[in-house]
Amino acid sequence: MKVIVDQHKCVASGQCVLTAPEVFDQREEDGIVVLLTETPPEHLTDDVRQAATLCPAQAIWLAEQEKQEGER
Amino acid sequence: MKRIAIVGASAAGLTAAETLRGRGWDGHLTLIGDEPRPPYDRPPLSKQILTGDRSAERAVLRSPHDLARLEADLRLGQPATALDVAHRRVHLGAGETIRFDALIIATGVTPRRLPDSDLAGVHVLRTLDDALALRAALLAGPRVIVVGAGFLGTEVAAAARTMGLPVTLVEPEPVPVRHPFGDRIGALVADLHRVHGTRLRCGTPVRRLRSTGGQVTGVELGDGTTLPADVVVMAVGSAPATGWLTGSGLSLADGVVCDAWCRAAPGIYAAGDVASWHNTHFATRMRLEHRTNATEQAVAAAGNLLGDAIPFAPVPYFWTDQYDTRIQAYGIFPPDADLRVISGDPSNGRFTAAYGHQGVVTGVLGWNAPRELRTLRRLVVERALWTTVTNTGPCPPLAGDRCRENIRPRTLGVYS
Repeated sequence: MKVIVDQHKCVASGQCVLTAPEVFDQREEDGIVVLLTETPPEHLTDDVRQAATLCPAQAIWLAEQEKQEGER
Repeated sequence: MKRIAIVGASAAGLTAAETLRGRGWDGHLTLIGDEPRPPYDRPPLSKQILTGDRSAERAVLRSPHDLARLEADLRLGQPATALDVAHRRVHLGAGETIRFDALIIATGVTPRRLPDSDLAGVHVLRTLDDALALRAALLAGPRVIVVGAGFLGTEVAAAARTMGLPVTLVEPEPVPVRHPFGDRIGALVADLHRVHGTRLRCGTPVRRLRSTGGQVTGVELGDGTTLPADVVVMAVGSAPATGWLTGSGLSLADGVVCDAWCRAAPGIYAAGDVASWHNTHFATRMRLEHRTNATEQAVAAAGNLLGDAIPFAPVPYFWTDQYDTRIQAYGIFPPDADLRVISGDPSNGRFTAAYGHQGVVTGVLGWNAPRELRTLRRLVVERALWTTVTNTGPCPPLAGDRCRENIRPRTLGVYS
């Protein structure tokens, strides 16, 4: 699993940090999402999926494995 | 349970569908929406879509590929017209009926309009098409009046002003966003608009719209003055879209009345703007028109439909972006709550504040302070005692202008 965030769409709600604090943080000055790891460990997959669902700006995606390979 | 129908194909309906599939339910799923467009996001409509910072295409919530993966029978552009609870059927406008074993209602809200407002130049803003029509009108360089200074009205005014247009914001209450934030924060929002050159007429209701030959020409206020306008945006609230449920037997009272599990009747659930439910965290019934709630409640309603039996008891979250300012809030904000600044300084545009009601913190607000606000959310989650909330900064001053005499007495805590 690879995580992609769009900082331009992000509205700094922080829902992702509440849901998966190991994967997401916010910039101090404006709260925009910061990705702590692009490829979180397997046991965090459900949390990241939940964060993508709850993001009110739809600024988080999970790239599936096959898509990653296609992009390479 | 072989068939589930979801009425409403916006954020809540789409999320409900994705939740059902994501949890492995593989029965026949019908997703019904009254708009012909595929599901799209609404918060950008009053912001980036109006100003042109974002294209309409970028408001789309899912790609055609992702929608196809839902394996749902998509009925877009087909408004539901009636619900037959006993026979488990939804009637569509085209005369068709959709059978279901379980149903999720997510039909949202419909904008209210002022009487006699069916005029050229008068706009409401709920749909993407509304936003595109308003943007086209704004590009002609009109004089703009926004009626109603809630979140939608203040955002539309800010967007139009950002486009360089002359904008007047008209509001019967003494300050903008008084509901839910109260007089002091409302006064700060008023200042924010004035600093950016938006004129405010607060404390004065609209008496009627003026027009010539079917084209709006201005707004007549309760004090007899008339403000000229080429475009008038009505942002005077909205009503739950429950007309199609009249006579269904479901309880309707400011939305679809649900229990703590988002359930309106056996096998029938509601989510998003249209749903009124009992939030056990705050021990109160609520209905929220917040983007985040649409998603969270859809997840909860779909989960309970599948048997979770978990009360939906969220701490509400919402935000508004106006000019260069982002205001965010967690919780609820009763009209008689006390307000205390927790950090920062309202006079320099960055602070956090807490709202206390009946001895506990019920809400926290951040003004250009997203990261810090998130850490304060726990005060609401934990129902922190109001006596433990300390002030480190000054309380926002009341507006020192003509709005002042209209401010009704209210408890303002230690700084009143």
